Amino acid sequence: MEKVLLKNIDKPDAYKIDKYIEYGGYKAVREALKSNRDHIIQVVKESGLRGRGGAGFSTGLKWSFIPKDPTIQKYLCCNADEGEPGTFKDRGIMDNDPHLLLEGMMIACYAIGASVAYIYIRGEFAFGIRRLQTAIDEAYSKGFLGKNIFGSEFSLDMYIHSGYGAYICGEETALLESIEGYRAQPRKKPPFPALAGLYGKPTVINNVETLSCIPAIIEKGPKWFSSIGPEKSPGPKIFGVSGHVKRPGLYELPMGTTLREIIFDHCGGMLNDKKLKAVIPGGVSAPMLIAKDLDTPMDFDSVAAKGSMLGSGAVIVMDETTCMVKMAYIINRFFSHESCGKCTPCREGTAWLTNILKRLEHGEGNDGDVELLESVGTNIFGRTFCPLGDGAVMALRGTLKYFKDEFVYHVKNKRCMVG
Amino acid sequence: MLSDKAKSEITESLKKYTNKRSACMDALRIAQAEASNNITKAAMEEIAGILGMKPVEVNAVATFYTMYNVKRPVGEYHIQVCRNISCSLLGAEHLIKHMENVLGIKTGATTPDNKFTLKTVECLGSCGTAPMMQINDDFYESLTKEKIDAILKDLK
Repeated sequence: MEKVLLKNIDKPDAYKIDKYIEYGGYKAVREALKSNRDHIIQVVKESGLRGRGGAGFSTGLKWSFIPKDPTIQKYLCCNADEGEPGTFKDRGIMDNDPHLLLEGMMIACYAIGASVAYIYIRGEFAFGIRRLQTAIDEAYSKGFLGKNIFGSEFSLDMYIHSGYGAYICGEETALLESIEGYRAQPRKKPPFPALAGLYGKPTVINNVETLSCIPAIIEKGPKWFSSIGPEKSPGPKIFGVSGHVKRPGLYELPMGTTLREIIFDHCGGMLNDKKLKAVIPGGVSAPMLIAKDLDTPMDFDSVAAKGSMLGSGAVIVMDETTCMVKMAYIINRFFSHESCGKCTPCREGTAWLTNILKRLEHGEGNDGDVELLESVGTNIFGRTFCPLGDGAVMALRGTLKYFKDEFVYHVKNKRCMVG
Repeated sequence: MLSDKAKSEITESLKKYTNKRSACMDALRIAQAEASNNITKAAMEEIAGILGMKPVEVNAVATFYTMYNVKRPVGEYHIQVCRNISCSLLGAEHLIKHMENVLGIKTGATTPDNKFTLKTVECLGSCGTAPMMQINDDFYESLTKEKIDAILKDLK
């Protein structure tokens, strides 16, 4: 497959505006600015692009919810708060090809009529922040941002808002709270951001990878995009592979590439040729899959059919030496640490889960602890404002589904099954 | 006291937003950067004055986000080693123990000369090059004990 998202990643100095232009950049936005706004939304709808942040919602449809009234201020927020453990795809784009993201954002802003855009990037990405700021400054100096961009009627300002260490900011309404200068606690929906988002105004929030798909869709057309991968979940996708594989890293492949191909063809197989025990297909919120699931196509619907989710496409591979109780502990500790504290079931529940998992992991588990984990999970799931608590429970349930015997072994024998 | 440079950076940040309060996160970052990586009560009070907020509101923001070092002073080099899943699969715990030994401190502590603070941190988005750590603003990736020894020796 011809690369779309990582096409410039190995080209020298692609982060500089002149090089980006030399490599064919900033053509799509010029074309878009000549066409009708509704036409662009229609094209994105027809392309079948679904949000790459994890939820997989139709991007064109999301854009179409924005009111058309030109007198209302609208915003675009790019979600670059990449924090789902295992995920490092957006950083790959921002560090190496920031103008690709900027161009996608310019087209998105024009389509929805937003005159101001924010990139919400996690504060730990200091290098990416510098890269993006330089790219934005370059774009202003060329007249690609500011008043009448590219000599058109359309004006656009773009700013960076730096997060400062809170996973919850990846949740879109928490992200808005954070830009408004508050503790990042999710808002109740409805109203949805398309009607009442940033500062109460209509707002679209899109992930970095989603926006980076836009220039190619404009340039090559929706049919080209929808012809890549499965019909209901098309396009190129960046898979970020980590853990026990020979060649971890970012791989841009068609949606629907199987886990087996990703792990064994592209990543060179298992590290030290050990046996595969489990694989998380889409960041730690996604329930684990096992060896018999390796032929699952990696697209939104196929992974969901296996009881997990494509999420961010962060593939975490674990070999036969991995202790699943320890993995469950690490994952839950993360969710407990990142719970924003707004809802009691999540705040207290994830802390309890972590306590129980910690004692299991340290050989201090009690009879009934495994049942207790399930019961606490039931009292979190579906009882919170945002998906963080659900993510914690889904991940734990996924682990228990296949590896309950390891948890029971930890309780009985006060030690690990795998050494 | 915030320096004039910091104040002008905060003024610059205010231009990005329609409300003053939105600049609070930038202001805290700016204040932290010029105060040896720490946020003081005085700085929060001053920021509150500039942004028309109550000091307690600035404190509420500062204590929510983990990268603001409020009441948790850090040394000259703030070492944060990732302990999340991808790094753990490739031996992060061993590296953390190794660093404790080399620096002679436990995780969470600062060396007596105030040079190094050692902490663990959740996923920093560098999983393809695990295990990794961050020292101040910089990422150090694909770590081994030998690599860590060289990095620390360089900073000592």
